[in-house]
Amino acid sequence: MTRVWRRTAGYSAALFALLVAVVTVSAGVGPVRIPAGTVVAAVANAVAVPVGVEWAAIAGAGAGPLTAGLPLRVEFAHPFAFPVSETHRAIVMRVRLPRILLAAFVGVGLATAGTVMQGFFRNPMADPGIIGVSSGAAVGAVSWIVAPASVLAVLGPLRPLLADGAGLQIAAFCGALAAGFGVYLIASRDGRTPVATLLLAGVAVQTFLGAVVSYLLLHSGESIRRVTYWLMGHLSGASWSEVTAAAVVVPVLTLVLFAYARDLNVLLLGETDAVALGVDAERSKRVLLAVSSVLTGAAVAVSGVIGFVGLIVPHGVRLLVGPDHRVLLPTSALAGGSFLVAADTFARSGVAELPVGIVTAAAGAPFFLYLLRTREVYDL
Amino acid sequence: MSEHGDPGGGDDRAAAPDGIGDSDDAADTDDADEPPLIAVRDLVVARGGERVLDGVSLSVDRGELVGLVGPNGAGKTTLIAAVNGTLGIDGGAVELDGTDRRALSQREVARRVATVPQETNTAFEFPVESVVEMGRTAYVSRFGTTTEADREAIRRAMERAEVLEFADRSVTTLSGGERQRVLFARALAAETPGLLLDEPTASLDINHQIRTLELVRAVVDEGKAALAAIHDLNLAARVCDRLVLLAGGEVRAEGTPREVLSDDALAEAFGVRAAVNDDPAVGSPMVTALREEE
Repeated sequence: MTRVWRRTAGYSAALFALLVAVVTVSAGVGPVRIPAGTVVAAVANAVAVPVGVEWAAIAGAGAGPLTAGLPLRVEFAHPFAFPVSETHRAIVMRVRLPRILLAAFVGVGLATAGTVMQGFFRNPMADPGIIGVSSGAAVGAVSWIVAPASVLAVLGPLRPLLADGAGLQIAAFCGALAAGFGVYLIASRDGRTPVATLLLAGVAVQTFLGAVVSYLLLHSGESIRRVTYWLMGHLSGASWSEVTAAAVVVPVLTLVLFAYARDLNVLLLGETDAVALGVDAERSKRVLLAVSSVLTGAAVAVSGVIGFVGLIVPHGVRLLVGPDHRVLLPTSALAGGSFLVAADTFARSGVAELPVGIVTAAAGAPFFLYLLRTREVYDL
Repeated sequence: MSEHGDPGGGDDRAAAPDGIGDSDDAADTDDADEPPLIAVRDLVVARGGERVLDGVSLSVDRGELVGLVGPNGAGKTTLIAAVNGTLGIDGGAVELDGTDRRALSQREVARRVATVPQETNTAFEFPVESVVEMGRTAYVSRFGTTTEADREAIRRAMERAEVLEFADRSVTTLSGGERQRVLFARALAAETPGLLLDEPTASLDINHQIRTLELVRAVVDEGKAALAAIHDLNLAARVCDRLVLLAGGEVRAEGTPREVLSDDALAEAFGVRAAVNDDPAVGSPMVTALREEE
C-alpha cells in the first residue's frame, strides 16, 4: 500500500539523516576534537571524480582498489579544495572514518539479520547468531589466533588469501558459514526445515562451539588478551579494505532481505497460512536463513562478536514502528548503523579504549528496558 | 519465477474472478464438460503412517457450496489442507480447474483457491488492511509493489466482508467475529474462483455464524466454488447445496442436505441416534441427537 511506503520512506529518510549526523559528529570526537564543518570539508576534499582513463605501461601504477593489477590509469579530478589542515585530514580520513564506516556497516548488517531472525523464528529472543553463526565465527577466529597452522590445514585451498593479512577475518567467516550450514543440515529432513528444530539445533551447536572456544581459550597462552578482545567485539584497527568489503557485501545482502519483507510478514502468521496464501515457505526460509547468515558472518568476521545490536535494535524499532517488515527492516537497519557508530564512539573516546561489545550491552540493555516500560509492547 | 507461468500477465489479474488460466473460453459457456473447479479423486493422505484420508473423492462446481461434515477427527481439516497445498498428497489427486495441483506452483494454487483458516496467528499488531492485503500475496511480485488492481481488490473485499470501517485498526483489537470477517476478506481479496473454509463459524455466536455463512452463500451465488468444513450439521444443512459426510477418512454419504442428514450413515458416523425434522423457522432439515433413553 502506498501508505506503507510513505511510512517507510519517511522513517528511512529521518533515520538516514540521523546516521549521517552521527557519523559526522563521531568523526570529530576523540583526543583531537575536530569541528563538524572541518569533517565535512575533509570528506568533500577526498571526493574524487574519474575524468579519464588511459592505458598505463606499468601495471597497477597509481591505481585505486578497482583497477589494481590492470594496465589502466584512471585520472581523477578533485572538485573540492576546502582549506583543511593535513593533521585534521589524516585523522578524519585515515584514522576515524574507516572505523566509523565499518561500525555503520556492521550495525546495519547485524540489525537487519537480527530483525529477520526474530521474524523468521517468531521468537523475541532470536538474534543474528541464533543458528550458531557467531559461535562458528568465534571458533574460526580464535583458532586462527591460537593455532594458525591448524586453520591453514583445514582451509588449505584458501592459503593465498589467508596469508594476505585477512587470515583472521576469513577464518571467522568460514567458521560462521560452516556452523550455519551445519545447523541447517541437522535441522532439515525431506526438504523441510521446521523452525522449532532449527532453533533447538542452533542452541545445541552454539553450546558445543562455546565449549570449543573455552577449550581454545585455556590453551591460548600469550594470545589470551587478543582472543578475549576479539570475543567481546571491537572495531579498532579498521582499514579501508575492510570498509570496502563491507560496503559491497552489507548493502547487497540487506537489499535482498528487504525484498523478502512481504514473505516475512506472511510467515509471521504461521507457515500453513503462508503456504495457503501462495508463498513457497521452504524456499523463502532457505533464502532468508542463508542471506542473513552470510550477512552476520561477514559482520562478525570484521568486528568480532558484538552482542545486543542484533537483538535490541530490532526490538526497539519494532516498539516504535510496529511489526510490518516493509517498514521495520529498513528502519531497523539504519537505526542499527547509528547505534553502533554511537556506541563505538563512546568506546574509543574514554580514557582507556573499551571493546564496543561492552558498550552495546551496557548501554543497549537499559535503553531497551526503558522502551519496554514506557511503550506499549507489540507482540512478536 | 512462477508468475511467468501465467500467460497474460497484468490483464490476467483483472480477469481473475472469471476464471484463471487454461480454460478461459470454457468458463463463459457453462456446458457440462467444464471441469469442476475443485476435484478430489481417490485422495490418500497419511500422517505418521496412519491414513487420515483413505480414498476420498468429491467435486465442487462453480456456483456451488459444498459442506464437509463429520465428527471430530474425520479428516475435514486434512482434506482442506490437501486441496490448498499446505499438506502433501500420498495417493490419488487433487485437480484445480482441471489441472493437477502438483503440477502447479504454490503461487498458482493460491490464485485458484483461497482459504479461510480455522484460526490464524493474529497476535501481531498488523492493521486490518495489511492483513487483507496479504490475500494478494500470490499476485505481487517480489520486487514490485501492490498495483491499482490489487488495491481495488483489497477495497472490494473489505467492503464485501464489512470490515472497511475498521481498516486502520489493529487485528488484535477485534472481536472473534470481526477477526473472522477479516480473514474472509483476506480470502476474497485473492479473487480466486475457489474458496475453502475450515470451520468458519466455529468460534462465533449464532448471529455471526449466520452472517458469515450468508456472506459465503452470496459469493457462491456470484459464481465461486466453495468447500466448507462445518461441524454444525443444522447450519451446514441450511446454507449448503450439497453435503459430504466424512468419517474415518472416508466419504460415508453424499447428496443434498436432506439426503445426507436422513442417511443411516450419519448416526453411525457420529455414534448417536438422531432424529431429523424440518426446522419450523426456516424449513431446512434439522437433526437432533438423542440420548439412549429418548
